[in-house]
Amino acid sequence: MATPRTDSQAAMRERLVVVGNGMASLRFLERLTEGAPGLYDVTVVGAEPVAAYNRVLLSSLLGGEVDEAACAFRGLDWYESHGIRLITGAPVTAIDRENALAIVGETHVLPFDKLVLAVGSTPIRLPKPGIDLPGVITFRDLADVAAIRRAAVRHARAVVIGGGLLGLEAAVGLSRLGIDTTLLHVMDRLMERQLDHAAAGLVKRAMEARGVKVMLKADTASIDGDGRVESLTLSDGTVLPADLVVMSVGVRPSVALAQGAGLETGRGIKVDDRMATSDPRIFALGECAEHRGMTYGLVEPAYEQAEVLSRHLAGEAGAYQGTALATSLKVSGLPVFSAGVVDTPESAEAIVLSDPGAGLYRKLLVEDERLIGAVFVGDIGEQGWCKALIRSGEPVTGHLDDLMFGRPAAAPSTPQTLAA
Amino acid sequence: MTVPVPDPSSVVRTTCPYCGVGCGVLATPDGQGGAGIAGDPEHPANFGRLCSKGSALGETLSLENRLLHPMLDGARVSWEAALGSVAGGLRRTAEQHGPESIAFYLSGQLLTEDYYVANKLAKGFLGTPHVDTNSRLCMSSAVAAHRRAFGSDTVPGCYEDLDEADVIVLVGSNTAWCHPILFRRMVDARAKRGTTLVVIDPRRTQTGEEADLFLGLKPGTDTALFSGLLVHLAESGALDQRFIAEHTAGFEAALDRARAIAPSLAATALATGLDEAEIGRFFDLFAKTPRVVTAFSQGANQSAQGTDKGNAIINCHLATGRIGQAGAGPFSLTGQPNAMGGREVGGLANMLAAHMHFAPEEVDRVRRFWAAPRIITGEGMKAVALFEAIERGKIKALWVMGTNPLVSMPRADAIKASLRKLDLYVVSEVMADSDTARAAGRRTVLLPALGWGEKNGTVTNSERRISRQRAFLKPPGEARPDWAILSDVARRLGHGQNFAYLSAAAIFREHAALSAFENNGTRDFDIGALSDISDGAYAANRPVQWPLPKRGGAGQKGRARLFADGRFYTFDERARFVAVQPPALAQDTSTAYPMVLNTGRVRDHWHTMTRTGKSQRLSAHRAVPFCEIHPDDAGPLGIRDGALCEVASEHGTAELEAMVTEGVRPGSLFMPMHWSDATASQARVGAVVRGVPDPVSGQPELKATPARVRPVAYRSRGFLLTRAPHAAPAGWWWARATILGGSALQFATQDGSREIALLMRGAFQGLELAEYADHARGRYRGAVYEAGRLVACLSLAPAEDKPDWEAAKALFAQAEPEAPERRALLSGRAAAAAAGPTICACHGVGLEVIAGVIAAGAGSVEAVGAACKAGTNCGSCIPEIRKLLPETLARSAA
Repeated sequence: MATPRTDSQAAMRERLVVVGNGMASLRFLERLTEGAPGLYDVTVVGAEPVAAYNRVLLSSLLGGEVDEAACAFRGLDWYESHGIRLITGAPVTAIDRENALAIVGETHVLPFDKLVLAVGSTPIRLPKPGIDLPGVITFRDLADVAAIRRAAVRHARAVVIGGGLLGLEAAVGLSRLGIDTTLLHVMDRLMERQLDHAAAGLVKRAMEARGVKVMLKADTASIDGDGRVESLTLSDGTVLPADLVVMSVGVRPSVALAQGAGLETGRGIKVDDRMATSDPRIFALGECAEHRGMTYGLVEPAYEQAEVLSRHLAGEAGAYQGTALATSLKVSGLPVFSAGVVDTPESAEAIVLSDPGAGLYRKLLVEDERLIGAVFVGDIGEQGWCKALIRSGEPVTGHLDDLMFGRPAAAPSTPQTLAA
Repeated sequence: MTVPVPDPSSVVRTTCPYCGVGCGVLATPDGQGGAGIAGDPEHPANFGRLCSKGSALGETLSLENRLLHPMLDGARVSWEAALGSVAGGLRRTAEQHGPESIAFYLSGQLLTEDYYVANKLAKGFLGTPHVDTNSRLCMSSAVAAHRRAFGSDTVPGCYEDLDEADVIVLVGSNTAWCHPILFRRMVDARAKRGTTLVVIDPRRTQTGEEADLFLGLKPGTDTALFSGLLVHLAESGALDQRFIAEHTAGFEAALDRARAIAPSLAATALATGLDEAEIGRFFDLFAKTPRVVTAFSQGANQSAQGTDKGNAIINCHLATGRIGQAGAGPFSLTGQPNAMGGREVGGLANMLAAHMHFAPEEVDRVRRFWAAPRIITGEGMKAVALFEAIERGKIKALWVMGTNPLVSMPRADAIKASLRKLDLYVVSEVMADSDTARAAGRRTVLLPALGWGEKNGTVTNSERRISRQRAFLKPPGEARPDWAILSDVARRLGHGQNFAYLSAAAIFREHAALSAFENNGTRDFDIGALSDISDGAYAANRPVQWPLPKRGGAGQKGRARLFADGRFYTFDERARFVAVQPPALAQDTSTAYPMVLNTGRVRDHWHTMTRTGKSQRLSAHRAVPFCEIHPDDAGPLGIRDGALCEVASEHGTAELEAMVTEGVRPGSLFMPMHWSDATASQARVGAVVRGVPDPVSGQPELKATPARVRPVAYRSRGFLLTRAPHAAPAGWWWARATILGGSALQFATQDGSREIALLMRGAFQGLELAEYADHARGRYRGAVYEAGRLVACLSLAPAEDKPDWEAAKALFAQAEPEAPERRALLSGRAAAAAAGPTICACHGVGLEVIAGVIAAGAGSVEAVGAACKAGTNCGSCIPEIRKLLPETLARSAA
């Protein structure tokens, strides 16, 4: 455990202000305090009223499988013992680059030598009539979970808009609460960026097995109600009664603060390979950052960025190369993995294992004897190997069976000559 | 093995329906159409042992594919209508073309009583001599050799001779597989008294593997070897001069001929292709060992010189006086459960009845006994000629009973075509889907007969022992005993008085009475002591050996051996030496057909598989029809082990899986006889073999047809496992086998994985399909589920990389596999360690399991048996187990 330095030493240290206290922020702080304990005088400012928690578990929390305590990562004592000042429930409202100050509303003005922006993203609310009616809720944080749970009274009917990972998780969480839940997705398959049709079909089947009705190619026209959500109308005229609409159609990197400070932004806050923004004192990581034109909405790239930035700030070499487009996650308990190319291109051969009844699907895409993509549902055992092979581009011909079925347990070798 | 809980009230003593060993079986019906099966410890043929086939009898009792109702031209009819058609058809045929246009083709599967009634109806009442039987293909050469040598068709010895011999010579007999229980006795004798086992066979069979001396001679040269032996016996002073002088005739001529054929060891070696040293060892053994049994079987019989081969063997026994004595004698091992019974009633074309032939007084005697209005006076046509006569239009009505000639007869394709010319084609059958039952004449009548376990009567085994087959199951459907069907037809033809049988026992009494009728010791076959056996005594009858003449009185056990007294059934009571012909195959090979095709049996199947094919245990050992070929031949022809090849003769073709082995001689091929059109796409032995008949016995040469072989290229190989048999699409090479929980097709196709994937979707529409597809590598596996129940699975791969099915078979045995098993099915790998291909059929022990216990330290056959039970029942797999043992261990365990 790192020992905080004395105040006299602190006076000489660089001041590091971290804006945002989500999962990327916390991982960065953990790595920084491991790699360079006491190097910086650290202050963390979080907009949410609690310290960083495990956002991945929100759907489980919604479904009542875990309680809030189980979502917590680090107690306040951790921040304290590592000499980190933690300010919660107070968003940074402006950055004064000229004076190197982070301004937290009316309450704090924090001078910095280095500033890290880990402000995450905000859920998108579709610009549809009725979107602001009470009962239309996004699914992003603990507050959303609380709001959904309040609305999810007995016999309530819920409609979840959005067939990405979060939407699926919200729908399963709601269904688990005993709520009649319908999931709408505008595309013809769920998780279309990560899954091909077959895999998406399996996920759909898994959703249905968990009590969620799934409607594909369902385009929301309006949300209707007299002072509160009562129904939802699709573009084909279908009306779905709804007491609750959960909007989960994606996120937008939070760039307002950076823009206000005059930092270069695109879809997100633009960073270089050391996670530095256009201002070399200011860094960004996580879902708010845009690296080589990519923004990421998953935890794995955020963690990789946190590694790189912590090493950089500890004075070590480190460069972020981007994260291979791999997804491995559990859609409410169903393991799903996707890496590289998802839909089979003309030039590639697909090797497919599909057992819908057993909830199992595996696809390997091979082009010129190299693995260019993999989609697994139900068992993602060989995901690491697949990712490595996609990255390395080494020939896979001899490994295809093992990639598909796993490496067999060592078997005694015996003569087969008597086989009929 | 199924070991029934003995309930003395329900255990039925019966006799196994397979080979001529005639083992006693204890059947314990389960009340649901099945039965527990065990060996009868009291039966003198087997003393409780059963082979793999006998042990699995319980698995063959299902009514699947059974013929259960009379059929007329494909439509179900009443017995009344069917019998009317048969009787009417026979009457019309006889009126229009004469009675000699009617033929019967009977079977060694028939009971003696059925045989008797058929023979009597044909030869005494219809008046046709054309009554032959599948025994013609089996041991008619042995019959002819017996008659030439002894004046009667008499097997001189008994099974105890095998226990008491010091040398056993097996000629053309894969006893280890085809008569496993006798082979166990031989191996026991070796263990007990050091009996030396000599095996003479062009093919190194499992029996050859077990031999102390294996003589892998050139096909068809057995007479050279035994001629050489006769010369050696003469020159080494091993002759029994007194026996030759007092009890035989023709020795000098026979010896002269032997000298012409094989005057020396060197000449014998040249003729047989054996080396002098091994021949010398054999000759010495024979010459110096008084207790020698020479057992011969189909390898000798199924030859255009089969009779000479039998006589060449018998010559050597007569020359040494080794006949009818304990542990010594020539011994014909019959192939069928009741070939001997058929011979006893005279159900062959060259016999009349009850070991009587066509001397005028014999014809008259039988006529009087039967009160026969149309007694025949001469021989009829033997099987090959009989079926050729159908082609020529001489035979207009054919009645086939209990046999499958369209599979087993030579030139079977030509025969199949010729059946169309028949005005009346009657088939008495147990199975509805045998190739023969599915064929048609102008008018076709199928008559459902009782099968094993349902019918009642007697059978005679290779040692002249008459045993009971008893019913322990209810007659299924409308099936009836063959004798009752025949008697009903006789009644409709106006012979009711002569066929007024009410029971099998009544027929047996008449048969016994005929054997004794005016006999007075002139005929070997006399069971007069049984001619007034009561129904009760018949029901309770224990196995007895004939002769059993009346003057011996009731209660006698019969005679174990004949001819020890040197008195034979010739007019002068002397046995005859036969001067045999120089050995030659009936047909020479040619540039077009350079190979010699041998045929035979596999360990776990019987005849055309209509019964054993129902057993998953018996179908595991050899699941596809195959062709053995020597590596020296396979290599240049581009034939890989496990790949498909086409075997063709002038007469027909078969497509078989190549089994490259040094067990066959270079220049030779071997294919099994079991597969039919019901079980394989193109694998009928009968279609390929020419079958030139022996001029004496009429037995066709089935083991030496000139043939050629070439690889057949298919794009993909695979297997399809289904719960119920699934028809193979046209164009597939396929073979069907029963597996645990279903039916399997092994197949080859020109289709690739994409086509097969589509086919699976089409074939199992509406059901859930789990798949693995790697079309780039031509691989596809599919599993079909119905509400979680596995109903089908298929695996396909490029032909050169044929998928192994052991893991899938094991998984298919489960009705509702769990997720890991479901995945294993698609992976082509075992969920757990696979048992491997079955070696021990009785206990269902696979190769991997046996290899595992050997690896764990089991160093002998006995230790393997103790560890995993393999080889502990019938023992027919012991040679294969021995092969798996490290060589040094195998020797010490021998």
